[in-house]
Amino acid sequence: MTEKDLPALSIADLQSLLRRREICAREVVNALRARIEAVDPDIGAYLSLDMDAAAKEAEESNVDLPLGGVPLAIKDIINVMGQPCTCASKILQSYRATYDATVIRKLRAAGAIPFGKTNLDEFAMGSSTENSALKLTRNPWELSRVPGGSSGGSAAAVAADAAFGALGTDTGGSIRQPAALSGIVGFKPTYGRVSRFGLVAFASSLDQIGPLTKTVRDAALIMNAIAGHDRQDSTSLDEPVPDYAARLGHDLRGVRLGLPKEYLIEGIDPQVKAAINAAVKQMNSLGAEIVDVSLPTTEYAIAVYYIVATAEASANLARFDGVRYGYRAENAKDMLDLYGCTREEGFGPEVKRRIILGTYVLSSGYYDAYYLRAQRVRELIRQDFAKAFEKVDALVSPTSPVPAFKLGERAADPLQMYLADIFTIAANLAGICGISVPCGFAEVDGRRLPIGLQLLGKALDEARILQIAHAYEQTTDWHKARPPIAAAGRKA
Amino acid sequence: MARNSDLDVAYVAKLARINLTEAEAELFQKQLEDVLKYVEKLHQADVSDVEAAGHGLPIFNVFREDAPRDWFTAEKALSNAPRQANGLFIVPKVVE
Repeated sequence: MTEKDLPALSIADLQSLLRRREICAREVVNALRARIEAVDPDIGAYLSLDMDAAAKEAEESNVDLPLGGVPLAIKDIINVMGQPCTCASKILQSYRATYDATVIRKLRAAGAIPFGKTNLDEFAMGSSTENSALKLTRNPWELSRVPGGSSGGSAAAVAADAAFGALGTDTGGSIRQPAALSGIVGFKPTYGRVSRFGLVAFASSLDQIGPLTKTVRDAALIMNAIAGHDRQDSTSLDEPVPDYAARLGHDLRGVRLGLPKEYLIEGIDPQVKAAINAAVKQMNSLGAEIVDVSLPTTEYAIAVYYIVATAEASANLARFDGVRYGYRAENAKDMLDLYGCTREEGFGPEVKRRIILGTYVLSSGYYDAYYLRAQRVRELIRQDFAKAFEKVDALVSPTSPVPAFKLGERAADPLQMYLADIFTIAANLAGICGISVPCGFAEVDGRRLPIGLQLLGKALDEARILQIAHAYEQTTDWHKARPPIAAAGRKA
Repeated sequence: MARNSDLDVAYVAKLARINLTEAEAELFQKQLEDVLKYVEKLHQADVSDVEAAGHGLPIFNVFREDAPRDWFTAEKALSNAPRQANGLFIVPKVVE
């Protein structure tokens, strides 16, 4: 194995080489640095890198720790001490984190090296990463297309072998959807499973941190390190954390998979539909029982989401006022003008739209009609899932109704962009866990675009969802396929 | 500005402390009216016997000892301030 081949490895394979002392962590960082220099000018996954610090950390790393010597990319909305934390916003462009988020503290304790921050839709608001105020990220499978979002930088970095794994955040699908569009694995844990302390809040009752990786095993390895109770996040769940990686390896016999009939909507790309059908058939042939289920409130999920999420965002983003940190407008007349100009100049259009919508649905006279009603329908959605999980172990659907769309194709119409989240958004409202795994390709304009299969599980059932996803993955080759840019980089 | 709903973007932007330009206000007015029209479907849902969900999962108040512990220094807290002096955040004059 030459240094050039190292970046293509999964975390698990990298670790066995490190532990057999066939390579050292320093070589891994060097190989990754070369890889990023070769492909990231085309992809645009990273907003900042600290490879010198990473190389130093690698020298001192203990490769026998659970993630010892493994460099990981971090979505630039999670605080890593001393590194920028821009949220891809002009308002935080010069911000430097003064502390480590709990997930970073835990990753470091497990021996991982957080070396770089990845691009995202500004404050994680978007489904294509086009809302980044700082950088354009391209899909490694087809550079004229989006990588998905909002964790698009994390997804593109992993897909292009420019990261061994990454952290993202999922508020309405922001880990699963970019994972699907970029052809990798993306895992959203149960709400409260992973501490949000040190994550810049977008929608506090929906946000959850999780891994984006090349394989299901790698996702389990990262989950082992980051899951668990944290006193610094009052919504963190005080529940025992199983060894997710050790639980992999079960087959699908006796597993009950639910197909929600409401998910067979019009507007699903026929190639996506065919790939999902083939995956379901395959899991059936591996012993899984396929059960028809109903989630009647599916049609309300997006509407509920865009009320609840914007309401919470309008409150959370009130802290960006030009006083204590971040951008400050010049020449403000007085204090109110300072707030107004700072926020006008500092936020991008999608963030402003959402703050305004959120302010409106919480405002006097409209609170009951919008916010309170949405929270009630949200409870119905939660009950729908609870009922479905009495009958099945997991729900199966496409992750996204379409493969990666073209840059600019949907940017002009916010509502059309919102509708792309139809399959992922309800899981956040219900607080349950879910994963996207590669399940095929669509042929579009002579290019292969990845398709993702979504599996949703009940709250705290991460171990089972990872087992099912792993059992499926192990009987396919989809996760082994690399985008053209990855192959090109290795030949060069 | 033309409006097809109760939403007055220019007014709500003031509440949200965002000095929108007129062109932005006009664009957002149209775009957000589309979104509000879409969310009207929530009125079809029967929520008569349903309590509002605060979170997807039941989460209760979490208490801890009210004890001091080490946390941010003033220096760290000020390290990202756009303007600061003498251990304070400096802002435009508030009181005339």
